[in-house]
Amino acid sequence: MSDATDHQLSSHPPVTDWTTDFDHAVDEYAARAPEIWDELRSACPVAHSERYGGVWLPTRHEDVAAIAYDTEHFTSRSVVVTEGRPIAPAPRGIAPPISSDPPFHQEARRMLLPAFSPKAVNELEPYTRAYCNELLDAVAGAETFDAAVDYAQHIPVRVIAKMLGFPPEDGDIFRRIVHNALEAVDLPQEQRMMNFLTLDEYLRTQVQDHLDNPRDDLTSFLLNAEMDGEPLAPEHVGGTIALLLIAGIDTTWSAIGASLWHLAANPDDLARLVAEPALMPTAIEEFLRYYAPVTMARLVAEPVEIGGCPMQPDEWVLLPFPAANRDPEFFDRADEVVLDREVNRHAAFGLGIHRCAGSNLARMELRVALETFLERFPSFTLADPDAVRWSRGQVRGPRTLPVRITS
Amino acid sequence: MRIHVDADKCQGHNRCYAIAPELFDVDDLGYATALNDGVVPAELEEKARLAVANCPEYAITIEEG
Repeated sequence: MSDATDHQLSSHPPVTDWTTDFDHAVDEYAARAPEIWDELRSACPVAHSERYGGVWLPTRHEDVAAIAYDTEHFTSRSVVVTEGRPIAPAPRGIAPPISSDPPFHQEARRMLLPAFSPKAVNELEPYTRAYCNELLDAVAGAETFDAAVDYAQHIPVRVIAKMLGFPPEDGDIFRRIVHNALEAVDLPQEQRMMNFLTLDEYLRTQVQDHLDNPRDDLTSFLLNAEMDGEPLAPEHVGGTIALLLIAGIDTTWSAIGASLWHLAANPDDLARLVAEPALMPTAIEEFLRYYAPVTMARLVAEPVEIGGCPMQPDEWVLLPFPAANRDPEFFDRADEVVLDREVNRHAAFGLGIHRCAGSNLARMELRVALETFLERFPSFTLADPDAVRWSRGQVRGPRTLPVRITS
Repeated sequence: MRIHVDADKCQGHNRCYAIAPELFDVDDLGYATALNDGVVPAELEEKARLAVANCPEYAITIEEG
């Protein structure tokens, strides 16, 4: 199996002062983002950088929550921090509903929710489990393999392809699209636009196929959906499909990979989870807290002060939910993974009206991926800890994860 | 004990439904409601408190009694 997201070193200069010049796309951030959040939280809880045309990084739970709940001073018009500013207008934005503001947001979101409700997601569990087993069959007998490349990365791709009615064998194409959209945020704007044209072209082909052959899937559903008695604009349909493809893939892949990384590096936790499978529900929430993959973003819409910092219109604000999840003011033993943590009000899926619409799907995929893996391989370790590579940008997870099977 | 879900605050995280399906249901959109008019049997009071303590949106409240 191929790694569709080959490693490219960041083109941005290294950061010398994280409080005044931070950059989430440099290699140091990939290597040690959690330590950087901890250092900032106690030194300068809302950091600033002139990079990307001005960007803020809050690290306390209370500041992250305040911004997530404030749709008056902050717009979701774009949620990926890049060198440019979004050209798609509010309230829809480029990829509704994640890029939409109220009141447009609410209706655009409501129509998607039934496909991602707990009950709808449960029906996808047998398919997901069978696919996880198929992936593990392919590595059976190998002493070492890459748990990110050979296992984690394929699972959400296959499931979202099934939901959208796209060819399952197009996984490599999807992953390339996601990498270009989310990790290669330091590319020049022109190069990013070219990458988006590739995505656009791919989606056009899939949409045309669904117009010619309508079927029971999310793509045909969106093509037939209405808002205010009118069919959705083609840009709305295309933007939402792009969102489902991009948001549903490397986020969950990251959560699965980070959980497997934790278990490979912490034999006591692995042994405990294998011996006590009833811990799985609290363990899953704890992995989601500690290794929350997603940092969202907003643009400042109106002048506002957060944590004593004056924010001006058109500046970016990163929303590092994983940093909020490690705030010792909000969580007991915030810096420890506690598999049986019973009280865990984490914000891995965001807070407020933009709560991740796919959270039930992500949880199901994470649980099934871990259950299937542990059933097959109850004992494994990191084959080469120094070879583990974490992603840059707003989605954090291991992209290279060599494991050695020891039972 | 009675529980109440504030529909304006619930964002559909489904933590309560996962912890205590005996006390909560979710609708087709994934939003939570309290079952049985929110009345909590004595043996489920601990689960009700856990559901409250895990809601990321602080959408669930308890009325003791």
